Amino acid sequence: MTEFLQHVVNGVSLGTIYALIALGYTMVYGVLKLINFAHGDVYMAAAFAGFYIATALDVRDHPTIGKAVVVFLGAMAVAGAMGWAIERFAYRPLRNRPRLATLITAIGISFLLEYGFQLPSLQAQGRTFEEVLRGWGWGVPGWLDALVGALPSTFPPGPTPRFFPEPFTRVDWTVFGGVHVSNYDVVSFLVAVGFMLGLQWIVYRTRFGTAMRAVSFDPRVAGLMGIPVNRVISATFVLGSVLAAVAALLVAGSRPRIDPIMGLMPGLKAFVAAVFGGIGNVPGAMLGGIALGLAEEMVAGYTVSSFRDGIAFAMLILVLILRPEGLLGRVTVEKV
Amino acid sequence: MHAARALAILAASLAVVACQSKKPEAEAPARPAAAPAPASDKILVGHVGSMTGSEATFGQSTDNGIKLAIEQWNAKGGVKGKTISLRTLDSQGKPEEAAVAATRLIVNDKVNLLLGEVASSRSLAMAPVADGNGTPMITPSSTNPRVTKDKDKVRPFVFRVCFIDPFQGTVMAKFARNDRKIDRVAILRDVGNDYSMGLADYFLAKFKELGGTIVDDQSYKAGDQDFKAQLTAIKNKNPQAIYVPGYYTDVALIARQARELGMKQPLLGGDGWDSSKLYEIGGKAIEGSFFSNHYSPDDPSPRIQDFVKAYKARYGAVPDGLAAQGYDAAMVGFDAMNRAADGSGAAVRDAIAATKDYPGVTGIITIDANHDAVKPAVVLEVKDGKSSYVTTVAP
Repeated sequence: MTEFLQHVVNGVSLGTIYALIALGYTMVYGVLKLINFAHGDVYMAAAFAGFYIATALDVRDHPTIGKAVVVFLGAMAVAGAMGWAIERFAYRPLRNRPRLATLITAIGISFLLEYGFQLPSLQAQGRTFEEVLRGWGWGVPGWLDALVGALPSTFPPGPTPRFFPEPFTRVDWTVFGGVHVSNYDVVSFLVAVGFMLGLQWIVYRTRFGTAMRAVSFDPRVAGLMGIPVNRVISATFVLGSVLAAVAALLVAGSRPRIDPIMGLMPGLKAFVAAVFGGIGNVPGAMLGGIALGLAEEMVAGYTVSSFRDGIAFAMLILVLILRPEGLLGRVTVEKV
Repeated sequence: MHAARALAILAASLAVVACQSKKPEAEAPARPAAAPAPASDKILVGHVGSMTGSEATFGQSTDNGIKLAIEQWNAKGGVKGKTISLRTLDSQGKPEEAAVAATRLIVNDKVNLLLGEVASSRSLAMAPVADGNGTPMITPSSTNPRVTKDKDKVRPFVFRVCFIDPFQGTVMAKFARNDRKIDRVAILRDVGNDYSMGLADYFLAKFKELGGTIVDDQSYKAGDQDFKAQLTAIKNKNPQAIYVPGYYTDVALIARQARELGMKQPLLGGDGWDSSKLYEIGGKAIEGSFFSNHYSPDDPSPRIQDFVKAYKARYGAVPDGLAAQGYDAAMVGFDAMNRAADGSGAAVRDAIAATKDYPGVTGIITIDANHDAVKPAVVLEVKDGKSSYVTTVAP
């Protein structure tokens, strides 16, 4: 019984991560009907942003709550800016093209980030950020000097994994006579539930949410009604990327190895979770994430452990055959 | 997706080999596909190592060891009066990159000797390239038997200066069973890794033969973040130790997560653990665990202490097992070149194959008929954030 409960705790802890990433997937899909395959890589980039900030602040040797807050906010800001930039420069120019073109671009962005982050660092190339920017012909304005000077010359990180310092101290509790739960598990779960409720509130209770739903329903008509379609879509990307950053830091804090392809598998699995729960549906993403985490954990724990990745994709196929709209998805009739 | 990429790169590199190996044929039809004899007064050595990636310290340590060996030979006047120079290419910890790097070194740079890789899966990708082009290759630390032996056929140009997995796996089984009196062991292996699978299989066979019980055999994939499902299952079987023959980044995470689940058992492992990063990431969680290795820097014999002193003076750090292996691989290669009739690939190969009782840092090296070195292994314990010597196990 203890073993089973421990598996449940592990599974929920894993599923929470999938859920947090899946929320971002589902939001973007809900508004744009675009599967943003670069989402897992924004998650990775956010982990590295957090790593560089934490290194600069020396979190490893002297962790404080204040520094943890700076690391979280900094990584969220970087991820949000990336989400905005990816949408603005990669997806928006293709918005009125066939949807396949955007999808392929998303895969392209994903590879660009994964392999771009594996390049040798500027330091190894004997250059600094400032020189690179000058080389591109960008004069750095004086007031940005401090910022550019603070950019790490150890970027890109290269394929070597890094050790992420704990942003806040880990505490383990033993409950029910032998089940181990850590504060990271609890915080992650509460954060995920909080974000889910928050998103639900934004989508159904705010003006911005109404605009989002209108854009999702029909972007052209929404535009004609005076809704700033571009701004709504940008904000959706920023929001989704910020969620990915939170997920990344919660994962990196408790499983402290980060590398440039760390977003690949969680990204794919979060996508499965989003489809399982009904893509475009916020509580569905949460439910799908937890269900996938539990399924993986039980399969790995009670049968052959190499099946754990297989189960995620078997679930995807089953859902697509039996209930393509997902557990909580709405059935839509395609009109010809 | 990654497998498809690997295939594409492999196909491309094979095409390059196929095209380029025709050139010497046109010039010297008598010796097709043989490495060209060096015309200059220089000897070029190629090294393929994981300078970056999940096993970055493996490549860096090995490269340091090789550089030290080259400096020492050059200080003595080089091999037959020729200066040795080194060209190192990064495999990034990927087999497909290792194959490409080996091809570049052999075909473009025409190296006289190829050194590398540490990981068996990457040496396995390089071995056919070296063999096909007739360039002698010495792997410092790849322990999987198939690196030098392709099914029943010994690869003519590929050698190693380390022991092989059947031996390393049995060393740990003997140590656990006879020295530590352990009855119940669980195995956690990396399914995607030739080295880890080999070690786990040989450990399992020997441990059972000695009367022990394997209570569980779980697996993971290199790069996984979460090992708690497997560890929880293992915990329930209540073993006295867990055998984790993986590489150090995964092992460190496994150790941490095992302790988080309240498991106190020592972990057992192989030479893939040997990295300062293991102690950095693993911290307190890895203390009290044991692994088999090629040598111990604590060994008082003067041969080893001289090396440790020279390495410390050059790099300011205690050499790990992979640095010592890199040093030995280069030393055995240069010793053979010094004895070889001429600088051609075939002559150097014959000289390497004839290596007998060479006093290496990691033991007395004799290359046997399978192109393996027969050497003792040491068992080390993780104590106070570094390895400390426990015992030596002879073959």
